[in-house]
Amino acid sequence: MITTEQKLTIKDLKSAVKPIWCPGCGDYGVLNAVMKTIIGLQLDPSHVAMVSGIGCSGRFPAFVNAYGFHGVHGRALPFASGVKLANPDLTVFVLGGDGDAFSIGAGHLPHAARRNIDLTYIVMDNSIYGLTKGQPSATSPADVLQQSTVKYKGRRKGMTGMLNLAQTVSPVNPIAMALAYEASFVARGFSGAPKELHEILKTAVLHRGFSLVQVISPCTTFYDTYNYWRQLAQPLPADHDCTDRAAAFRLALELDKAYLGIFYQVERPSFEDQVAKLIAQPTDSFAPTAVASLLNRFRR
Amino acid sequence: MLCRASLQTARARRIAGRLATVLPTNPAGSQSLTKRRQFYYIQVILAAKIGYFCRFRARARSIADRPYVAFTRGGQVAARCRATVESLNSPLLFFVIEFLEITGRNRPQQRGRTVETGNGDSIVIRMGGESGEGIVTIGEIFVLVAARAGLEVFTFRTYPAEIMGGHVVYQARVGRNKVLSDGDDIDALVALNQEGYDQHIHELRPGGTLIYDSGELQPPDDGHVHYPVPVTEIAQQMQFMRGKNLVMVGSLLALFGLPLVKGNEVVEAKLGKYPALLPTNLDSLARGYQYVQEHYGERLPTTVGLPEGEREERLVISGNQAAAIGALAAGCRFYAGYPITPATTLMEFMAQQLPALGGKMIQTEDEIAAISMAIGASYAGAKAMTATSGPGFALMIEALGHASMTEVPLVIVDVQRAGPSTGMPTKTAQADLFMALYAGNDEAPRFVLAPDSVEDCFHQMVNAFNLAEKYQMPVVVLSDQALSARVETIPAIDLGAIRLTERLKPEPVEDGSYRRYLITESGISPMAIPGMPGMFYTAEGLEHSEKGSPNYTPETHRSMTEKRHRKVDTARQEIQRLPVSDRWGDSEAEIGIMGWGSSKGAVREAMARVSANNIRVEAFYTRSLLPMPDGLIRAFLQGKRAIIVPELNYRGMFANVIEHRYGREIVKNGIRIVHLPKYDGLPFRPVDICRVVHQVARELAGRVLKVWTPGC
Repeated sequence: MITTEQKLTIKDLKSAVKPIWCPGCGDYGVLNAVMKTIIGLQLDPSHVAMVSGIGCSGRFPAFVNAYGFHGVHGRALPFASGVKLANPDLTVFVLGGDGDAFSIGAGHLPHAARRNIDLTYIVMDNSIYGLTKGQPSATSPADVLQQSTVKYKGRRKGMTGMLNLAQTVSPVNPIAMALAYEASFVARGFSGAPKELHEILKTAVLHRGFSLVQVISPCTTFYDTYNYWRQLAQPLPADHDCTDRAAAFRLALELDKAYLGIFYQVERPSFEDQVAKLIAQPTDSFAPTAVASLLNRFRR
Repeated sequence: MLCRASLQTARARRIAGRLATVLPTNPAGSQSLTKRRQFYYIQVILAAKIGYFCRFRARARSIADRPYVAFTRGGQVAARCRATVESLNSPLLFFVIEFLEITGRNRPQQRGRTVETGNGDSIVIRMGGESGEGIVTIGEIFVLVAARAGLEVFTFRTYPAEIMGGHVVYQARVGRNKVLSDGDDIDALVALNQEGYDQHIHELRPGGTLIYDSGELQPPDDGHVHYPVPVTEIAQQMQFMRGKNLVMVGSLLALFGLPLVKGNEVVEAKLGKYPALLPTNLDSLARGYQYVQEHYGERLPTTVGLPEGEREERLVISGNQAAAIGALAAGCRFYAGYPITPATTLMEFMAQQLPALGGKMIQTEDEIAAISMAIGASYAGAKAMTATSGPGFALMIEALGHASMTEVPLVIVDVQRAGPSTGMPTKTAQADLFMALYAGNDEAPRFVLAPDSVEDCFHQMVNAFNLAEKYQMPVVVLSDQALSARVETIPAIDLGAIRLTERLKPEPVEDGSYRRYLITESGISPMAIPGMPGMFYTAEGLEHSEKGSPNYTPETHRSMTEKRHRKVDTARQEIQRLPVSDRWGDSEAEIGIMGWGSSKGAVREAMARVSANNIRVEAFYTRSLLPMPDGLIRAFLQGKRAIIVPELNYRGMFANVIEHRYGREIVKNGIRIVHLPKYDGLPFRPVDICRVVHQVARELAGRVLKVWTPGC
């Protein structure tokens, strides 16, 4: 993590590109929290990389004055892993949505978690596909039609049909999933609770290893669940020991409550630290002596 | 227009019942038959006494004037007949065919040229057996000894699909001069057991050498020269059953005139870490050697002999090893990959060697993650690559397009295998060409290179990284299973001659005026690396402005599309000057051969053979398949009448590319594109090429009806 001497302000971090999100979108709250985190930790934006996938969340990097990478759908984690491994000095934020993280890219999650590469994965979870106009996602609750204040009827027939069908499947439990995958940092935030979110993100960035932060970030246009989450949201029990994985599991499985905070955090050597021990000093890209000795082994 | 034939002679009558059809055909179409009476083609399908259906073709010029017609098969006269046309003006043509002579199958003829076959001044030794029996060990040691003794080697191996058990083949061709291909015949077969004998004996050439463990099998007298060696017995006497393989190696050294001392050197090098095991192993080798000397000293098989004088430096190396070292020499310091046959050995090599150079290797969860990590690493400033085979490459296509769109340098090696789908992981093919050239949504500019020998695997990797870094684009390197797994002796590589290209870095500015996707004349824009102060940009997979912000305006998409494609056009100019193509042979030949990739060795060998037989032929091989060296290819096409395109695929993909790209020259000069497809999972043999060259030569000389071009 490389910090800056200059006093950073939100103005420095806001890029010339204005967010394209709908008014009231939860992602604004996440954007603000991320910027505040960078300022709070005085990170040097030249050493910050924002890697994203596809969806509303995927647009995130363009809005921040830092290095950005807008990848393909679902592959934000591998892209970011490559970035971090090639240059461990960078602080890497990975931005994704619930589609990116728990559907198309779900296969990358366990591996990012078990490698424990120092990435901060912020999943903006709105339980809906917003950019494609309202199809259910892997985290859409089973009673998906009941939870939104948005009136579906009479809007788009196809969408209502999809949501009807969504009630036949169970949603994934992102926190339990990340715990099962042995992510070394698992937390839940809510864009409706910006102060807490900022705190979580700060700890997540400081955590050396893979951190998954599920941020409930409702979609005001297609699936406005602010009221639903506000009712369920509550801080984790004060006595929760965040190194106790079993306790974290129990809390994650309490579906009638949406605990906000750090469920689990454990110190484990990061992948890049372990790799650094195994490899020699980086050589120039032209290393004729080393290559010559390699070729020599094949002399007859 | 179907015709009836009547048969005259008694002999011909005997086969009349089995006569299928007699067809006059005319390449210009039957409607013009009457206009061109002086020029008939007859095709007879008959069941001859030789007992199988064969197709004879003959061309008769004015049958009425010259009644004797020779039917040829494979360039040899197979039957002669007397044919008269009963009525030329009737709508039905009646041919009266009287067979005068039918020559048998494989009977050599004085007339006509025979297709050159054989292994020249080299020998091909095949070893076959159950996996885990030590076939590969025997082969590898034998090859190393041959190389140390100063011979040139060229191996071919197939692995079984199973881990234990399954049939494995190790084949080595050794010679005093550079060996270019697998050769045509098997000169010697090494059988450790009955299965090894049964599976391969039919491929051993007549009069070939059979070496076998007499304790395991007793082959019948099959026309081959037998050299039984009691390998098991010798090992039993030594009470060292694991020494069986070395007893066999020792026998092989004696049989093929290789010095035992070199064998000892190789075994010592192999067992360097276990000196305690050395004496028994060396003893095994020596006993095998002695047995052959004592028993067969008087009648050793003819062999290639050893070169005299100073031996040039040679490396004994496989295609994947050469490619991996090429990547390291080019500055690759990041490798992400997922295991897939036959690309795995490249990844394993990288895992072993990258750390020493300060590079990083990561085994990913799938191929999509592999290419994505490589792209991420390259974006962060590392020279990065991944390697895979067809099925994995198919998964990588979306991200390949992304690298093209975001202009991130990247090298992807596709070690092709036979498909589609899972196909035959351990068999070779050259059928991913279209995927490499075209796959992806919309048009994603990329480069495609194809190494054509083990040595070239090294050089094309250097080329690939240079192109990727210079043009900030994905480069696909098309290798194949046979090329990747085979071991070849190659000349020493001059690292001093290597020039590396680094990506264009921007002038530092911190006022936010940096434009990552600056539109330039060449299409190449300076690329900032995260960590550079204040040069922020987003590598944007959406269509973007010069600054890298999403932008969908028609003007932006137009100019950015042009910018990305302009890089290929810029490279096209450069590629003409780079050593990415070879043209050799008779520059005034009417027959040309154009190909790509690992078929080159067989073509070189075949050309040397047919040239010696006074058939004029010239070849052009390009290692850059996208962009192609257009100017050089157009110059090559001048004066050609037929272009043979040998490829290990069904459709003739490269032939299609040539037809499409150089259509104007082909039509203007009346060039015939002759596809030579091969799709059996095995590489080309020189004889495959020779045969078609002969056919085309006969066609051009007007002696034979038609060249058979299957599968197009």
